[in-house]
Amino acid sequence: MFGPGIWRMKRFADSVPEIMDLQREINRLFSNVGQATALDYPAINVWEKNDSLVVTMELPGMEPEDINISVTGAALTISGVTKADPLKDGETYLRQERALGNFQRNFQLPFQVDSKKVEAKYEKGVLNITLPRLEEDLPKKIKINS
Amino acid sequence: MSDKDLQKTESTAVTEKVRNVKTFVPRVDIYETKDALFLIADMPGVDEKTVDVELEKNILTISGRVENGKIKDYSLVFSEYEVGDYERTFTLSDEIDREKIKATVKQGVLRLQLPKAEKVKPKKITINVA
Repeated sequence: MFGPGIWRMKRFADSVPEIMDLQREINRLFSNVGQATALDYPAINVWEKNDSLVVTMELPGMEPEDINISVTGAALTISGVTKADPLKDGETYLRQERALGNFQRNFQLPFQVDSKKVEAKYEKGVLNITLPRLEEDLPKKIKINS
Repeated sequence: MSDKDLQKTESTAVTEKVRNVKTFVPRVDIYETKDALFLIADMPGVDEKTVDVELEKNILTISGRVENGKIKDYSLVFSEYEVGDYERTFTLSDEIDREKIKATVKQGVLRLQLPKAEKVKPKKITINVA
């Protein structure tokens, strides 16, 4: 309903994060109606500076090689699989709340990304992807000939 | 899975903090083997220095402190999750051998091994003839 329109949020770039929190709460309130919210897992945060974006995602307990990140033009895809502990016979889960299994998320970015300069970092269970804008895609100043 | 399961749950049980941060309930898996209880908690953003495990009598408390998650020079333009501390308390039913508790943290996942204490064996008392 109120999808992740990253480029539309840019006009609020200077606002405090509290506004973001409020917006998310309101979105959640309205988007619950008949919506498969499992598609929005795992959650992301997007940060911006001049001509690059940083996407962060909480992905606890993964191996870096199990996370797949791909960038094509202005599309970003993050996918992976999380595994449970192997249990022996006679051992049972008393409680199982962690989200395990496959996940995939696709995002439309507001600009073309220089895929060669994309950097990804995975620390303390938080994935951090830096996406610089493609130089050819930067706005050019047009000289006016008098 | 319902929406509630996928979003971070804010804790309502904890006492108020001095730091103005939200506290979340980490999602946990618990499984039991013959001689130990394993507890796995998702706490993205913590490492071995910022996580705390306490066992008082049979109350087990796990907590983690997370830095505010801000990225230098960048401003937040789109947000689906919030960053905050973690805290959760469990009541253990079995006697735990607290000397042998093992805890590890890897990529934001806390793993606790809580070995069960050897049960006090019933002793047979022999009665001597007076």
